[in-house]
Amino acid sequence: MIELKNVQKSYDGGKTLAVADTSLTIERGEFLGLIGASGCGKTTTLKMINRLEEPTSGEILVNGRNVLDQNPEQLRRNIGYVFQGIGLFPHRTVAENVEAVPRLLQWSAKDVRARCVECMAMVGLPFDEYGDRSPLQLSGGQQQRIGVARALAARPEVVLMDEPFGALDPITRSELQEEFKSIQQDMGLTVVMVTHDMTEALLLADRIAVMREGVVLQIGTPRELLNNPSHDYVRDIVAMPRQRAQRLEELMRGE
Amino acid sequence: MSENLREQLSLLPAYFQGHLLLTLAAITMGILISVPLGVWAEQSARVKRPLLAIVSIIQTFPSLAILALVVALLGGRIGFLPAFIALTLYSMLPIVRNTVTGLESVSGSVIEAAKGIGMSPNQILREVKLPLAMPVIVAGIRTAVVWTVGLATLSTLVGATSFGNYIFTGIQTRNLVAVTVGSFASAGLAVSLDGLVASIQWLLEKRNEAVDSARLRRIRMSVYGAIAIIISVVLYGLMPQPRADFVVAGKPFTEQYIMAGLLAAELEEAGFSVEQRLGMGSAVVFEAIRNGTVDLYVEYTGTVWANFMSRESNPGREGIRNGVIEFLEEQNVTTIGFTGFQNRYALAMRRDRALELGVTSIEDLIPIAAELTAGSDLEFFGRTEWFRLRDLYNMDFANKLTFDVSLMYTAVAERQVDVISAYTTDGRVAAFDLLLLDDPRNALLAYDGMFLASANAAAQPEFMQAINAFIDSIPDAAMRQANRLVDVDGESINVAIEYLRGEMTKN
Repeated sequence: MIELKNVQKSYDGGKTLAVADTSLTIERGEFLGLIGASGCGKTTTLKMINRLEEPTSGEILVNGRNVLDQNPEQLRRNIGYVFQGIGLFPHRTVAENVEAVPRLLQWSAKDVRARCVECMAMVGLPFDEYGDRSPLQLSGGQQQRIGVARALAARPEVVLMDEPFGALDPITRSELQEEFKSIQQDMGLTVVMVTHDMTEALLLADRIAVMREGVVLQIGTPRELLNNPSHDYVRDIVAMPRQRAQRLEELMRGE
Repeated sequence: MSENLREQLSLLPAYFQGHLLLTLAAITMGILISVPLGVWAEQSARVKRPLLAIVSIIQTFPSLAILALVVALLGGRIGFLPAFIALTLYSMLPIVRNTVTGLESVSGSVIEAAKGIGMSPNQILREVKLPLAMPVIVAGIRTAVVWTVGLATLSTLVGATSFGNYIFTGIQTRNLVAVTVGSFASAGLAVSLDGLVASIQWLLEKRNEAVDSARLRRIRMSVYGAIAIIISVVLYGLMPQPRADFVVAGKPFTEQYIMAGLLAAELEEAGFSVEQRLGMGSAVVFEAIRNGTVDLYVEYTGTVWANFMSRESNPGREGIRNGVIEFLEEQNVTTIGFTGFQNRYALAMRRDRALELGVTSIEDLIPIAAELTAGSDLEFFGRTEWFRLRDLYNMDFANKLTFDVSLMYTAVAERQVDVISAYTTDGRVAAFDLLLLDDPRNALLAYDGMFLASANAAAQPEFMQAINAFIDSIPDAAMRQANRLVDVDGESINVAIEYLRGEMTKN
């Protein structure tokens, strides 16, 4: 579905590599978590998939086609994207935000509206109640629900997510995580999600790629990472949620 | 209502139309040029810096200088076009700057989202950046509207009709009612257009909101009303106006307003339609008569000699007359004849001050000039006449101050200056009991008034016949008294014209 072959990205003409010789394959319907500290190259890797960034060398294939051979706007319209800063258009209504991509794809007005109603229902914000509001009148959690609805509106097979739930309070975050996971499974979406929250990655992703300094250190299922970390850094980063869970358990037992 | 106020208000429709058309045209052109330039500048740092520098520099130019430069660049063309170009240039800074600022202030995450969902650069600009920058851009347009309405008053000086006609005529003829009407009309128009732009923006922002409150309806109705007025004024302005047979012009001082009115009235009595272009700059009006935009005005031999022929010598009254007539023939300007009066420069002092110092001629000033303060109009101290006077008498004043003409007379009357460069036909010379000093060394030029006509007008016998009646018909004393009626007694120009006609028939 998505293939990265020896992809490199440098912002300074090759002196340093933001992403170094990365190869990844993401299967249809798979949920991949990209995790690592700030500046490890995970967001750059994500953005190269829909050409918000372009690789310095190597190839990226989506559905077997090199992204560099495709019109970048067409490519992006067919890939859902949930943004870190949410990025709703403040001068448009909630409904107009959700309808943005189907409109760019020149769906008929009737189809656009029907799909908008459907997507808003899917994220739990009914069109009749929220459609005419301004995004600025919504809470952060509601805004990101609309962000998800916008990403799904054009029925993409692939959805890219850039720390989508990072700015939300923990309760809202966990609600949205669960809802999104069930939507992803129902629709069979291929998802690549960038996060720095290992718990989130472990709970949502089918496989996790751990990145450091532009290099993928290990890629595997949560179980593989937990049981067979190939690298000290991987061990440390996956150990954290486990240590927290243990600490919580101890607290509950009153130790 | 006083006669004066009624007279001023009767001019309002024409001045309003001129001012509104000029302002709207300049603002519209300003927006059409400046918004795309702002968009371009925001996209390219290489364009942005020089562009903002250029529009800022235009803004720092004195507005009068811009008007004069545009007239010069258009080969002396006067009227709507140079005023329109100058005002357009002036409107650019706030619009360009606010367009750039507005676009730059659009949040990066919104732009990234627009890009990420697959909008093309054009779509991002049209559907995201421009709408989000619009409040800032509109604020720039509102600033430009207020500036342009105010500056449009200056376009009177290049022969375009505006509320400035009230203000310049009023200042020169000491008609405070005219100045007040012009100022209030200009300010009122600025406030109204500013409000109109703000209301349109408000309506556009609210257009998607279902609520139709009473306030929304009220604002919508007033916007429609204002737009209807503007459209009808524009349509009226675009209708082919019956072109006047002749254009009579004048410079911005009382004598010129009186003479232009007198000539226009005479031509109208002879059955011609006449348009008056008053308060024009000296070089502008001379260029206009050469190219035929103006058909008739009163010029002075000394002005042509020194300003347009750039002569530094003084061959005496007859010598100047002959030289000037020959020059004008070469310039394709017809000299119909002389007016009969001479309005030249003379140094003048309060009579009591002159007596006290024992001064009757410029020679008497030589030993004491270094202790005296002199005042002049805006140009005298920059003219070759002054340099010649200074050299021939070998003297200079301790202080030299320049004034608006009315204020120059006030200054000498109130003893703030000792000597001024008076005009010999000015009514205030007698009113303030000023003594005109003799000029035994012939430093100052002769300024015989003369009727100049365009080649086209001069070819029409009825026209020439009407003006021929005026040749040598107005003596100095009559002109001085006519000027005095306006400048000292506060009468209207029309009263002065009537007085002159009475004097002429007696001649």
